[in-house]
Amino acid sequence: MSKNDIKVALIGNPNTGKTSLFNQLTGLNQKVGNYPGVTVDKKQGTSKLSATQNAIITDLPGTYSINPTSIDESIVLKTLLKKDIKESPDVILVVADIENLKRNLLLFSQIKDLEIPTVLAINMVDQMAKKGITIDLSALKKELNTEVVLVSARKNQGINEVKEAIIRCHVAAKASPLCGINSKIDPDYFNKLKEISPNYSLYELWLMVTQNNYPTSITKAEKDKLLAFKEDMSKLKKYQHKETIYRYQEINKILKKTYIVDKSKATDVRSKLDKVFTHKIFGYGIFFLILLVIFQSIFDWATLPMDLIDSTFAELSDFARNSFQPGVLTDLLAEGIIPGIGGVLIFIPQIAILFLFIAVLEETGYMSRVVFLMDKIMRRFGMNGKSVIPLISGTACAIPAIMATRTISSWKERLITILVVPFTTCSARLPVYAILIALIIPNKKIIGFLNLQGLVLLLLYVLGFASAIIGAYILHKTLKINSKSFFVVEMPNYKLPSVKNVFYDVVEKTKAFVFGAGKIILALSIILWFLASNGPESYKNAAKNIVENLANENLPEDELNQKIASAKLENSYIGIMGKSIEPAIKPLGYDWKIGIALISSFAAREVFVGTLATIYSVGSDDENTTTIKEKMRSEINTETGKKRFNFPVGMSLLIFYAFAMQCMATLAIVKRETKTWKWPLIQLFGMGLLAYIASFITYQILS
Amino acid sequence: MSTIASLNIGELGYISEESLDFIPLKLLEMGCLPGAEVQLIQIAPLKDPLYICVNGSHLAIRKETASKIKILKANI
Repeated sequence: MSKNDIKVALIGNPNTGKTSLFNQLTGLNQKVGNYPGVTVDKKQGTSKLSATQNAIITDLPGTYSINPTSIDESIVLKTLLKKDIKESPDVILVVADIENLKRNLLLFSQIKDLEIPTVLAINMVDQMAKKGITIDLSALKKELNTEVVLVSARKNQGINEVKEAIIRCHVAAKASPLCGINSKIDPDYFNKLKEISPNYSLYELWLMVTQNNYPTSITKAEKDKLLAFKEDMSKLKKYQHKETIYRYQEINKILKKTYIVDKSKATDVRSKLDKVFTHKIFGYGIFFLILLVIFQSIFDWATLPMDLIDSTFAELSDFARNSFQPGVLTDLLAEGIIPGIGGVLIFIPQIAILFLFIAVLEETGYMSRVVFLMDKIMRRFGMNGKSVIPLISGTACAIPAIMATRTISSWKERLITILVVPFTTCSARLPVYAILIALIIPNKKIIGFLNLQGLVLLLLYVLGFASAIIGAYILHKTLKINSKSFFVVEMPNYKLPSVKNVFYDVVEKTKAFVFGAGKIILALSIILWFLASNGPESYKNAAKNIVENLANENLPEDELNQKIASAKLENSYIGIMGKSIEPAIKPLGYDWKIGIALISSFAAREVFVGTLATIYSVGSDDENTTTIKEKMRSEINTETGKKRFNFPVGMSLLIFYAFAMQCMATLAIVKRETKTWKWPLIQLFGMGLLAYIASFITYQILS
Repeated sequence: MSTIASLNIGELGYISEESLDFIPLKLLEMGCLPGAEVQLIQIAPLKDPLYICVNGSHLAIRKETASKIKILKANI
């Protein structure tokens, strides 16, 4: 980023094609970062405006007004109020949708009053004829006193004109308020406000008072004077209402002269589609069908790439072991780092496919209809229609799902959603379920066509959703949080999804998973590797003892090595930990070996299978599940003389994994989103306790 | 007096001036203003939320909010 680059902030209502315009302006030159101190993603990209001039464009979250009601929206206010910091924008590019121009201009009018140079891009002009809209561009420019450009971001029209307008606007650097609103509401009141400081526009001062958000440059004396205005809150609120009405009056006056809609020419696809999608039978039916298709595809499409990633990393691990000098570093690489990275990447196919579907559903406008259909049902459980999206995302990974709760403006509803999302069956539980089901459920058909193993897997998914819903209900009844549960959702027009937008969206969310969860999973797999490959005195002697004890048996070298590995693990730190928790997990039907697997899967659930593979000495690099399965199947419980993984133990484990909160990465995200350790700890212990009790009951009844 | 919640599907009304204090700021900003024409487009299958069109904005709001916003029914 060079000094001469123009800093442009991209602002607009949701559903105006803001993202399309951002993608057109920046292409692949974008990166996602974080705003300091907050968790909202900051999307930035570079755009070549002319041969000599570049711009750094920041895509701010979509908002209907500068007055925020959610975390995402508060970013816009913060960015605009802090004129003093380095990142403050030189030019603001406001995106509006031609069809909803009136409402879009409200945000524009607020921004204009901040007295920052502003360009207005009116998007989706290719729809004008279809909607019967005509617009007088030159008159609008004059009335709004700003650069106005007509664009169609999806059709790549008007993009160059936007670039030229940004340069012109930056050079002219003129900025004047649009309405000068406030002084007309109550001249005395607002004159007093204006007198507090000459460094800020009246509207900025007004925002500081109403939004309780101050730039760093403000002096103590000025701030005290501003705070005095907060004494009469009802007046403040009343004036905010008046301000909005006044803005709309001004906008109406302007649009009357410049914007004509001939409704008779408008074609109405929306109402026809709405009748189907929000129908009391078809609506739910279609939603259910879509869910079915999504889950089906996650399993079908993801299997091949997942197997590929799996085998590639197993080979990489072997390659590292064979081509470097044996030693601690090679072990760390081959047994800690490479499998750790593989353990993260293996989830990408499922996560990407799920986000592909969600992105398409959001782009088309269908998701708002789901929110509309589901709100009443979700509300009974203390959640919100918008909670549906996180709950579906949770079946891929809880991390992006928890981030998706940010659009819920009621804190109580958002918190409950965050707390119950980890109950949904995420992709990390699948390998665990798969191997346990294969062990204890016979592979046969019932009622002619239903595969019994598949049915059990389906029931586990249902159990996941059911416990999320029940958990939410209990939290709803017990949490004493007063938060205004105000709900409004825009029902956007239906449109075909843009391939580009969907692609960028999937890439971005998958990246968030890889770097968010990935770091923690990787770090923990290294720690686990260390605990499993180090131990006290007995660990060091384990290999020697095995060799001595089995010296007479003339075992093949492979088998001997596996026995050594197994004995080493038993005497390692993690083996000792497994043994020490054995008394606690015995009532659930587990022995210390399963204990080790339980402990290690606190990092991430899927580690369970790999750990068992090592314990049952299959060789840690051999991911061949049939072999692990055979070993597990033949494992004998020394006390009863029967199979270790019998039906009661297997069921007890399935139930344990369905409920327990075994994912450090999720806990870290919950901490980040709730800003306290209280909630992740409640999740950890609450879900852990539930898992323990449920498994205990399962085992005791079945055995 | 009628409110948005008492409209039938397809029916039109005008938001009355006196309900200003009951309209949340966010809804005002989205175009739900006193004097504005409001049409009930659809009611969710479980009778809540309501899908309305006001000032060109298509919005879904909960019945609880809608029943606080008074209107004058338009006679068609």
